[in-house]
Amino acid sequence: MAAVNLLSTQGLSRNFGGLMAVHNVSFDLPEGQIRAIIGPNGAGKTTFVSLLCGRIPASQGKVTFLGEDVTALPAHERISRGMAYTFQITSIFERLTLRDNVSLAVQRRLGSDRQQIAVEAEAALESVGLAARADQVAGDLSYGHQRLLELAMGLGQKPRLLILDEPTQGLADSEIDEFVSLVRSVSGETTILLIEHNMNVVMDVADFITVINFGEILAEGNPADIRGNADVQAAYLGTG
Amino acid sequence: MSASAKIWTLHLGLVAALFVLQFILPTYHHGNLARIMVLASYAIGYNILFGYTGLLSLGHALFFAGGMYGMGLSIQYLGATPAPALLIGIVVAFVIATVVGLLALRTTGVAFMIVTLMFAQAGYLTVLLFGEYTRGDEGFVIQQSQRILAGIDLSDPSSRYFAALVLFGFCLILSLVLVQSSFGKVLVAIRENEDRVQMLGFDVFRHKLLAVIISGTVAGCAGAAYGLLFGYAGASFATVQYSIFPLLWVLLGGAGTVLGPFVGTLFMFYLIDLSSGITSAYMLIAGVALVLLTLFARQGLTGELRKRFVPWLP
Repeated sequence: MAAVNLLSTQGLSRNFGGLMAVHNVSFDLPEGQIRAIIGPNGAGKTTFVSLLCGRIPASQGKVTFLGEDVTALPAHERISRGMAYTFQITSIFERLTLRDNVSLAVQRRLGSDRQQIAVEAEAALESVGLAARADQVAGDLSYGHQRLLELAMGLGQKPRLLILDEPTQGLADSEIDEFVSLVRSVSGETTILLIEHNMNVVMDVADFITVINFGEILAEGNPADIRGNADVQAAYLGTG
Repeated sequence: MSASAKIWTLHLGLVAALFVLQFILPTYHHGNLARIMVLASYAIGYNILFGYTGLLSLGHALFFAGGMYGMGLSIQYLGATPAPALLIGIVVAFVIATVVGLLALRTTGVAFMIVTLMFAQAGYLTVLLFGEYTRGDEGFVIQQSQRILAGIDLSDPSSRYFAALVLFGFCLILSLVLVQSSFGKVLVAIRENEDRVQMLGFDVFRHKLLAVIISGTVAGCAGAAYGLLFGYAGASFATVQYSIFPLLWVLLGGAGTVLGPFVGTLFMFYLIDLSSGITSAYMLIAGVALVLLTLFARQGLTGELRKRFVPWLP
């Protein structure tokens, strides 16, 4: 492929004691793609993306982002180079208002330009449909709205790579539809790496799918290929 | 009036009110208030770390005493005049805070409390160890002739009050500006959810270190001023009791509020003062009042006020 890789890994591994959570993964993500990572529970998906963004240090292997080796960099430096990460288990500032939550996300990029921070925070909340609740305390939101706030914090960072860890978990069907159209609308500006269990969402938005099982890449391909892949079906359904 | 205008009016109004009070108050309360303002400055320093960054230190007496001895010893043995002596006190506190921050911030939570407590105990024992110079528990007096700052005799009650007010006003405004700045907002965010702050791309360690340094330096500044204004430096200011005091004042007044440290210090000072006028078992009354406050005003006096009536309080 001629496309430029935004992110790639070579031989990336992580052990927890004797357990190989991620084993020898070499992975390429071209710029502009919406990539889904799927796999059964406990397959190592979250560990894998945590290695990418630096929440967990790698045992072995290399992560390259924007052409630079970032393996040794701490998480905050990778984030400030243009990654954004939304947590699988909602992680927001519960006692602060939505506006303050999102302002913090845009502030790192904009420094102390208060006016611009306010404008971009408002825009990020607007994009997930929470602008009307800007002055509410985040902890008072419903779970689904908290997920959307988390997404707004990701978008507010204007990242080159947006990593979404199970973003639709706990969302109502109508919210999922909005989420899908939101992902499409931002995909022009950022590359998206999406861990997702909802197969309708995956088949609907993903350009390309990576299947992880037992910490290794089981298959890669476009949605149609993956749907027809016998190994993938076996991994999901289980074989005797 | 915009929120920002209200905030500035209130805080500058307090400084102005304290300025006017010196002409009205009877001698006894006049002297008390001068002391309270210096101790409240200490509490303001503590609040930056505890109230806003969420780091509970049990070792701030080290910074307070570091400033006090840095100032006191340089007057006593280097023949320094008050201005450079104050500066030396502040620099000493700054250096201690930087070193303690670099080491103690490798830990979190309870371990951070213990490590800061241990550093402060080591500091206290160091003061005793060099008793030949520090005069240990007995301490030493800074003579009136050594306390003349730019022609102003700091042992004179009205100039002492004014000096205390300048210090307090400076610390209060510093704390107000700090907590409203982008930096301050990140500190609050660290208090609320450190993991998320890191994953927003902020260097959490650097922010926490700066918070320790600012907090410790302000505490040291208050310690140096205390020694200079009241003419005494002694090891009792390095004891664990003086680490607990600011925690208590800040909790009572409202952790994470700009006015809380002053309110808490004022409240505690007069609580003990008034109850000791009633009975010799004054700590009993103070204790009951504290229990009631923790039961019914868990966010401290200013914190409850903010929660119920004035949500715009910083």
